Amino acid sequence: MRLEVAVSKKFESFTLKADFTVTAQRCGVFGPSGSGKSTLMHLLAGLLTPDEGRISLAGEAMFDSAKNIDLRPEERRIGVVFQHSHLFPHLNVQRNLFYGWKRTPEAERRIASDALIKVLNLEHLLERGVGSLSGGEKQRVALARTVLACPRLILMDEPLTGLDEQLKYQIIPYLKKVFAEFDIPLLFISHSLQEMRLLTEEVLVFEKGRVEESMPVDELARNHLTTSNRGYANFLSLYDPCPQGDLWRYRWGEESLISTESGIDGENLFELGSKDITLFKKHPQATSARNLIACSVVGVFGDGNRVGVELSCAGGGRLISQIVPESVRELDIREGVQVIAVIKASALRRLC
Amino acid sequence: MSFLSPQDMQAIWLSVKVACAATLFSAPFGFAAAYFLVFVRLPGKAFLEGIINLPLVLPPVVVGYLLLLFFGQSGALGPLLRSLDIRIIFTLTGAIIASSVVGFPLLVRSIRIGMEEIDERYLQASRTLGACWWDTLFSIILPLSIRALLAGMTLMFARSLGEFGATIILAGNIPGVTQTIPLAIYEYTNTPGGDRMAMSLCLVSIALSLLVLLVSESVTRSYKRRTAR
Repeated sequence: MRLEVAVSKKFESFTLKADFTVTAQRCGVFGPSGSGKSTLMHLLAGLLTPDEGRISLAGEAMFDSAKNIDLRPEERRIGVVFQHSHLFPHLNVQRNLFYGWKRTPEAERRIASDALIKVLNLEHLLERGVGSLSGGEKQRVALARTVLACPRLILMDEPLTGLDEQLKYQIIPYLKKVFAEFDIPLLFISHSLQEMRLLTEEVLVFEKGRVEESMPVDELARNHLTTSNRGYANFLSLYDPCPQGDLWRYRWGEESLISTESGIDGENLFELGSKDITLFKKHPQATSARNLIACSVVGVFGDGNRVGVELSCAGGGRLISQIVPESVRELDIREGVQVIAVIKASALRRLC
Repeated sequence: MSFLSPQDMQAIWLSVKVACAATLFSAPFGFAAAYFLVFVRLPGKAFLEGIINLPLVLPPVVVGYLLLLFFGQSGALGPLLRSLDIRIIFTLTGAIIASSVVGFPLLVRSIRIGMEEIDERYLQASRTLGACWWDTLFSIILPLSIRALLAGMTLMFARSLGEFGATIILAGNIPGVTQTIPLAIYEYTNTPGGDRMAMSLCLVSIALSLLVLLVSESVTRSYKRRTAR
């Protein structure tokens, strides 16, 4: 994907000015509420007209005030998944799904509808009315409806906001599967760093109607470690749980980790907060924590009173722990130093 | 039906004809006007709204008189109509026009209430899914406001059945040509001994109105069931 945007639009209360180029296949637009993210989405989709500027997708101009080009939404073929699914209430699931498909020229229909319906697990819903669907089902139908229109780019405007945690993590794997399988570029708008990290590679940071900077999503997360109190979330893919007493032992690279939460055979996604990883210089002889992992420090970042320590474990696993500068000095933490990461079994939280 | 004279039967038939024609003729315009009032953002909308609603608050006789001036020999449209050999005054067409104008605000109001409930984001979703404006109008807006449209048409039909003031001025009270039920009743009440005949036409009027309401109610309900499924 190559999306070039240089537009401005003036509103009564604020002015949106965006000037950026996106080349990543899956890009996030991150910013607090009211920073102009949704407005940007409307401008890209052709639902709002910029005052001036230029929008082009893969070299084709969607909008160009200098050349008087302003393609209508249906000509742009940019799909949108809205925050609230906006399924058409007078059509059943099947007819909602195929609304865009029917309006796509036959030559452009490159999505296999049966496969998509299967990936999103919608087969049993086809005949239902949309009023009887749950929140997660609605969002899955909305996603499928947009994907089936075979758009050249999908914009997602906070599609997971408003869903409860559990549902959110049920949908994320579906989303990942769809985007991987059908190879559609994605612009994902959200104010949740977590969703951003799970779904995108690069982010545009939006602040007060302007794109402040563009960076890899992990860098944004690391910046947050040093600037906010919420720390950094490590996402771990753990495999094949087997019971061990009251707990569960998972495979993680060459290591194994013990968690209080049960999972499924195959891949399980876990979250581990940077604050839940304690570092020891020597092996603690007795500890209540169930996981003691030998690793080496590969990097130290942050200059405030919160410091991130990047650790490399056996089998290539990476972790980021958060400590205070004083501990860095006392333990003499620097690149190449061997440490023991101590993690409580209950600190590993299963997402999906 | 011995209690109705052939003239009464004619009046009933004319009433139904006028009401049907006025309703069907006005429906697309009413839909367009409601669309304009709800979805189009333009200055001067309030003025247009006022014009559309004016017949609702004006005495029908005034509406009829204005129409007479407009369509009459020396009116704005008079010369044009004459050159095309179209007669409006004292004809069935006149009765239909009078009913259309008087009932129009009721129709628009009703459709508008329905349209205002449509979330504009449905329209945005439909556009981004590849539907052009016309397509969105017929595949989203029309189905979502169909109940309001039907309700509006019912109101308009009922109003047309009872139209009196504007009709008598524009179309006159000519038995067999423009004499609808209310005009026939009016004539009976002015005739000595016509009370019984007036009463029987009143009963017909009540029956017709009830029938319209029942039909509309059942149609609306079946749509409701279909969308709720």
